Amino acid sequence: MNPSLAPAAQQALELFSQCSSWEARARLLMQWGDRLTPLSDAERCAANQIEGCESRVWLVMDRQSDNYQFRASSEARLLRGLLALLLVRIEGLAPQTLASLDLSDWFSQLGLSRQLSPSRSNGLFAVLQRIRQLAQDCENTSP
Amino acid sequence: MLLSPWRADFPALAALDHEGQVYLDSAATAQKPQAMLEALQRYYAQGAANVHRAQHLPGSRATQAFEGVRQQLADWLKAPQDAEIIFTRGTTEALNLLAYGLEHLFQPGDEILISALEHHANLLPWQQLAQRRQARLVILPLDQSGQLDMHAAQQLISPRTRLLAVSQLSNVLGGWLPLAELLPLAKAQGALTVVDGAQGIVHSPPDLQALGCDFYAFSSHKLYGPDGLGVLCARHQALQWLHHWQFGGEMLEHTDYQQARFRAAPLGFEAGTPPIASVIALGATLDYLQSLDSHAVNQHEQALHRQLLEGLQQRPGIQVLGRPQTALASFIAEGIHAADLAELLCEQGIALRHGSHCAQPLLQSLGVQQGALRVSLALYNDGRDLERFFNALDNALELLR
Repeated sequence: MNPSLAPAAQQALELFSQCSSWEARARLLMQWGDRLTPLSDAERCAANQIEGCESRVWLVMDRQSDNYQFRASSEARLLRGLLALLLVRIEGLAPQTLASLDLSDWFSQLGLSRQLSPSRSNGLFAVLQRIRQLAQDCENTSP
Repeated sequence: MLLSPWRADFPALAALDHEGQVYLDSAATAQKPQAMLEALQRYYAQGAANVHRAQHLPGSRATQAFEGVRQQLADWLKAPQDAEIIFTRGTTEALNLLAYGLEHLFQPGDEILISALEHHANLLPWQQLAQRRQARLVILPLDQSGQLDMHAAQQLISPRTRLLAVSQLSNVLGGWLPLAELLPLAKAQGALTVVDGAQGIVHSPPDLQALGCDFYAFSSHKLYGPDGLGVLCARHQALQWLHHWQFGGEMLEHTDYQQARFRAAPLGFEAGTPPIASVIALGATLDYLQSLDSHAVNQHEQALHRQLLEGLQQRPGIQVLGRPQTALASFIAEGIHAADLAELLCEQGIALRHGSHCAQPLLQSLGVQQGALRVSLALYNDGRDLERFFNALDNALELLR
């Protein structure tokens, strides 16, 4: 047990570390992608779209006073799964914690480190950057 | 089962095989023959030296080898007698050289014609030139099957056409452009003609005298040669229009602090130290390619390509883009995002490309929103590569459906 992980993240870790084949991992990724809270058509707008992704990816930050929550989606199913795994890890984290979080380590633990390598254009890295930026802005404008 | 008798000449194929990788991305860059690797090693091991500068032995040996390859290229390309071979960093740099070197010829309202299927390398230099000079970039459209619409081209090529720049072979659709019909139309209007041979030169023996274009550009790395090297072949009559564009060492005749005179082509267009080792190694690649039975290579590539197309067409829901004639095929799968399919093929060790293939406007015009996958073949691929690809494709489609 990793005490710093939320229950859903802990569950992801257990399930993904048990995957013994690429097929099992792909099926699991698609299942996790289906768990994403859907975005409305209006939220799938250019302003929420992340540049630098070959598949279109949208990221929305919902903010209530100094709490914030991210929702995300993509046209590509496997990427939706990766986004779900990302969101489940950062959910509820304070901006300072988020800024220092080693997410490549998180994806390595899940057996998905290849997904974050710089030669890939799936956009996961760009999503990370945007999340950090939004969290930073959120912190800077906190009352 | 189709076997490639040349596969063993490329050590990377065995290495990739050992890693479980099937290399089907040769249109992006090709693997290298042993002969090329040895030439690189030999040049550096014997003693590197700069060219056109020093009297010493290694310097004159390097210069002789370097200039020897220039001549070898001219012969191999069947370039016109008085044409010049200019070394660049790649096709992209060759086309940029032209777009800057010819810039002074363009007046507001002049037209630059390219086709709708151009790679970004043969789109952006002209698009930006048009913007700098208030010229018009005119796009020659494709017909329903992805072939250049010759009827439309006849209408669009006019006395306002100053330059026509087109690919020989599409890197997305795998179709040959009808250059033998197209280039004379432009020349009849007094336009300069530029051919992007990056894909075409790999799959057809070049004959620039027959082709008759003013400028022909290609990259070494797609032709089984080293990277960082491109070739621009320029007709003598067209060279007079070309202004110098990059300035520095060895491209000058004389300079003082305020004024300079520059050399003619080719050296006047090769500022700074050129990629000497790469040029020498490209020479070794050409020696290797010329030692092969080109008819047998062509037969092999065509047979593989037929198998590729047949396999794709047999699978329901797979749509091939255009009507590929050689070397490659791009495709999409109904109801499946190309990125998902590419990812699951990658998981199974299939090295291919997905995305917009550096031709975003083309994919937009074909209505392909989510990118396409591309399988591209080279002389070292064999039937087993295709078998593994199709197995992986079936697995991936089953999972995603």
